[in-house]
Amino acid sequence: MNLAVRDVGHNAGRFLLTAVGLGLLLMIVMGMGGIYEGIEADATLLVEEMDADLWIVQRDTRGPFAELSRLPSSMEYRALAVPGVEDARRFVTHTIQRKRHGKPLRISIVGLAWPTDRGEWLPLISGRALAQGHYEMVADQTLGLAVGEQIRLGKDVYRVVGVTRNMIGSGGDGLAFLTVADAQAVQFDSVGEATRLERAARRGRAEDMDVGLTQPGLLDRADLPAAEIPALGSPMVSAVMVRLKPGFDAETVRRSMAGWADVTVYTGAQERQLLLQGPVDRARRQIGLFRVLLVAISAIIMSLILYTMTLDKLHDIALLKLMGAKDRMILGLVLQEAFLLGGIAYVLAYFMGERLFPFFPRRVIVTGDMLLWLAVAVSVICVVGSSLGIWKAMRVEPNEVLS
Amino acid sequence: MTHPPAIETNGLTKVYGSGNTEVVALREATMTIERGEVVALLGPSGSGKSTLLSAVGLINPPTRGEIKIDGQVVMRGPNALVDVRRYRRERLGFIFQKSNLIPFLSALENVLVALAISGQEGRKAKRRAMELLESLGIADRAHNRPSALSGGQQQRVAIARALANRPSLLLADEPTAALDSTLGRQVMELFREVGHENQAGVLVVTHDQRALDVFDRTLSLEDGVLTEDRGSHAST
Repeated sequence: MNLAVRDVGHNAGRFLLTAVGLGLLLMIVMGMGGIYEGIEADATLLVEEMDADLWIVQRDTRGPFAELSRLPSSMEYRALAVPGVEDARRFVTHTIQRKRHGKPLRISIVGLAWPTDRGEWLPLISGRALAQGHYEMVADQTLGLAVGEQIRLGKDVYRVVGVTRNMIGSGGDGLAFLTVADAQAVQFDSVGEATRLERAARRGRAEDMDVGLTQPGLLDRADLPAAEIPALGSPMVSAVMVRLKPGFDAETVRRSMAGWADVTVYTGAQERQLLLQGPVDRARRQIGLFRVLLVAISAIIMSLILYTMTLDKLHDIALLKLMGAKDRMILGLVLQEAFLLGGIAYVLAYFMGERLFPFFPRRVIVTGDMLLWLAVAVSVICVVGSSLGIWKAMRVEPNEVLS
Repeated sequence: MTHPPAIETNGLTKVYGSGNTEVVALREATMTIERGEVVALLGPSGSGKSTLLSAVGLINPPTRGEIKIDGQVVMRGPNALVDVRRYRRERLGFIFQKSNLIPFLSALENVLVALAISGQEGRKAKRRAMELLESLGIADRAHNRPSALSGGQQQRVAIARALANRPSLLLADEPTAALDSTLGRQVMELFREVGHENQAGVLVVTHDQRALDVFDRTLSLEDGVLTEDRGSHAST
């Protein structure tokens, strides 16, 4: 006969309600851990999915994710010339915010190096990868864009051809994949009036200079679109990703590229580390500390509940002692109830979390390790939390039944 | 073969406090209760009845004196010479003013818990518990919780629980105080019956003078002094 189960059954309603309350608390602890994991996974997602051996970024910056980085597009060809490099791709990323159906829509745009990279590696849940060099987009489902939908970005309209799952940027915004050219068009888009003013300013600057006065033909060229003026560079990219040929050591190639005065080169692991130490570090630490605090609060609340549950049974415990019950039996009664409460609360936390976490605006990733960690933490809390109740139960005198 | 007495006390004294606050609750109490003997202990409130009961119940040790159970010295002064919890488990049965049944267990389980405490579980234990409930006329309420039982039925379950381990001494502390006179008398008669049938010594603390004819002997306690009202075993 199990006294703990009988007692729980006798007060089933109260016990279940307590377990639900505790389960909600544990669900929040679990959720905090999941958000912590989610932030880390979102932050490193692109770096890992892109699977580049080396990242070439603007000199002395920690780009392209932790810090702004600008490189000339031609860097791609320079990288390709380095021995050991199999493939180099331009990479463009920036975040935009537009209004859609009256609500703000934040999009983290990623440029794919068309035609080398069409986004076949993306985890598509519907549609397809990019099939043409312009005006197509693969969007994450968190953006709420369905296949076939069209969205105006800058001067052009882009059609959603594919939808991905769990492709989130380090800022928590859904990713949209365009070709590098389209991503640049969106990034450097300016309204017609601004373009006209820039051309007029360009002409004005040329007129003020000797070269403009001596070579009037240049004044006519100053009016042309930027792409048609050789003196003006092509739009910049955020970084260049490099994949090495098999057998080549990333560190050796990195060192040879690092000799270039205008760039800094990171390995994939270094880029990942930069992300974790940069934009997500504070958020991670904050959530981590909050989680520790929540665990402590859960432990205190659970201890109080277990203590109160023991106090309710003190008379019965005194009676059991009077009847000659061994300490082991009383210890078992208190501990088993603690583990029952902890176990039920844990299971409830898991199932409630499974239902609720998908509705959270950011990804909540509950890993097996985390579940194991929480199970161990709950077990420790059960033992430590019931120690106060056990202490009280051990101190109760059998003659209290007579009073 | 004759059994040794269920309990013998010799010069049992209990002193609470010291110096100016010293209170002598029990003075040199000496008594013997044979197996199968049913004894009533009378006395006004504060006379030391509960002190005597908790001393012979191995709950609250005396300051001086000796306690023997089944012929073995178990307590000498405040020192226990045996594992008192084991003795309580194996040799003693307790019944209280309130039935003190465990509220989350059924009548049957309340008896079973006493057997479980002494390591008896399974079918054999269940059979024994059912037999006891049957003998006390409450087998039909075996699966009811205490809250669903009347006061008399609860007290019967408490008696069944106290008898579960075949104790040599049954100690009852005003077991009929919460019952009406008819039911009270029935319970007292039940003590007599189970004492004789189970060959257990029974010591019942009571205020109820109307059912004294049920007992083999009557002891009285006043200001901690134990006296024999009828019979020949007790002395001070």
